[in-house]
Amino acid sequence: MNSSKRTWILIGGLLLLAGLVVLPFLVKNFRVFQFNMVMVYAIAILGLNILTGYNGQISLGHGAFYAIGAYVAAMLMAYGGWPFWLTLPVAALVCFVFGYLMGFPALRLGGHYLALATFALALAIPQLLKYKAIEGWTGGVMGIVLTKPEPPFSFSMFGQPLSQDRWLYFVILATLLLMFLFAWRLLRGRVGRALIAIRDHPIAAAAMGINLPVFKSLTFGVSAAFTGVAGALGAVTVAFVSPDSFTVFLSITLLVGVVVGGLATIHGAIFGALFIQFVPHWAEDISKSAPWAIYGVFLILLMYVMPTGAAGLIDRVLARFKGSAPAANPSGLSASAAVPASTHPAGGKL
Amino acid sequence: MEAFLHQVFAGIATGGIYASVALALVMIYQSTHHINFAQGEMAMFSTFIAWWLIQVGMPYWVAFFLTIAISFVGGLVIQRTILKPVEKAPVLTNVIVFIGLLVIFNSVAGWVFDHTIKPFPTPFPKGSFIESKYFSAHEIGTIVVMLCVLAVLFSFLRFTPVGLAMRAAAQNPESARLVGIRVSWMLGIGWGLAAAIGAVAGMMIAPIVFLEPNMFSGILLYGFAAALLGGIDNPWGAVIGGFIVGVLENILGAYVIGTELKLSVALVLIVVTLTLKPNGLFGKAVVTRV
Repeated sequence: MNSSKRTWILIGGLLLLAGLVVLPFLVKNFRVFQFNMVMVYAIAILGLNILTGYNGQISLGHGAFYAIGAYVAAMLMAYGGWPFWLTLPVAALVCFVFGYLMGFPALRLGGHYLALATFALALAIPQLLKYKAIEGWTGGVMGIVLTKPEPPFSFSMFGQPLSQDRWLYFVILATLLLMFLFAWRLLRGRVGRALIAIRDHPIAAAAMGINLPVFKSLTFGVSAAFTGVAGALGAVTVAFVSPDSFTVFLSITLLVGVVVGGLATIHGAIFGALFIQFVPHWAEDISKSAPWAIYGVFLILLMYVMPTGAAGLIDRVLARFKGSAPAANPSGLSASAAVPASTHPAGGKL
Repeated sequence: MEAFLHQVFAGIATGGIYASVALALVMIYQSTHHINFAQGEMAMFSTFIAWWLIQVGMPYWVAFFLTIAISFVGGLVIQRTILKPVEKAPVLTNVIVFIGLLVIFNSVAGWVFDHTIKPFPTPFPKGSFIESKYFSAHEIGTIVVMLCVLAVLFSFLRFTPVGLAMRAAAQNPESARLVGIRVSWMLGIGWGLAAAIGAVAGMMIAPIVFLEPNMFSGILLYGFAAALLGGIDNPWGAVIGGFIVGVLENILGAYVIGTELKLSVALVLIVVTLTLKPNGLFGKAVVTRV
């Protein structure tokens, strides 16, 4: 990469960051809330994608880890009086432990069976949260009502004050960037290659010296921790947790986000999150059931025509754009090389 | 003791339903090695069709058999159009397509028939002659209907040429294709049968749990548990597993953990079976050559 290109990327990044900082002051409070949810979903989707997209372990129950993260944050805030930001690492840790434990039976369960076990977990979690014996902690069916954190200083831009939602926006944005950086560092290196190798050919991966049980269960833990942090942030954003917000459909929503954004991509999580936040809002004008019908159609159609999702499509368009530029590789190989076969969920077999 | 026996018998009746859901799952697993996550929602949709047919004035049993026929064709068409293109695709692709189907059936049912809870008639009303001390008429009826389904299915697979072809296609697709069996169509018929069995199960359970788009989420989970407990490649195992799960659920629900945690019983059962005895009680051990 030459230095002028690096400068352009730096400038572009700074402009994007400036745009993201100004954005919440340009729109109404409700929109800010929606953007917050987009970022929360993006973290959760990234977590699920690390497990399902990169490592090939199918989870239909990530809503359960989202729920655990949300409840950990809610209980610490409501009963322990903890400040909100301190609950995030705790939620991550608790979900990591739960995910790691779930990862152990997952070692013996391939493909469908793991999907089944996690599906069962997703179906059972609302009932478990309503369980009488822990009602004192979870608030039972009523759930727990939270208060959004107050911004530490007052400030206003374009006549819009730094409201609770806007303050939360910056906290979530910072967390999001941190989590994405972490995922990027994790997946773009040795560990990421090991995860993909396990997905594509476990036996060959083991022969290469990759410790399958350790990698797979740790991946489950890390994935659950990401989703748990998202759950904690989501609980504060909505300022309410209750068992019935974490049904099996939450898990399916996250799966939709992964598929729409693109399996085994990092930036795809953003597109997936935008999709699951805004498409249902528009579709609900047609009918109460329309969002889910659209989800279903998208799940099936994307598997046929665009298995790499939105991120794959954008990468391909960019690659073609670059390929037609005169400075690019004259053989035209760069266009196909920009979309490595390994990111294809079918492993090139579909 | 009386109450305990009553719980056991009620468990056997619901166990029949789980057995048939498990059987439908096994039908599809045997031939394609896929677990159909949309099985419950397909059955729910069939039940709505039956409800609609009865609403427009059809007698119960006409609607019953017509629904079975419609479900069979529906299952066949779904396999031919939606699942055939991904027949050879990896597991993840298939799971996602199944989940897509689940979501579509769920939302379309809510869209067309709306989300209000509807009562569903039973053909075995209270006080009919089959009622006895321990069983209500509907429970007896359910068990009888489910045994009929099993008998029909067994004779179909055992004594008809198509049944033989289906078993061959499931056991050894390559050789079956070589002797002229259209393997892909056999999978389609398998899907049709699974949908039809699901429809019967739906019509039998609907008078108990009432008709609404989410009625099957719990039942499907018990069906999974039953299929796994019995061994997912063994139809008889699935049936026995269904009855075991039905009784277990009822007794644990009544005496040990209460009704709120019933679904968790299925979760624990699934995870324990999969970790301790992944082939189930009656399944074959799977050996893979590497």
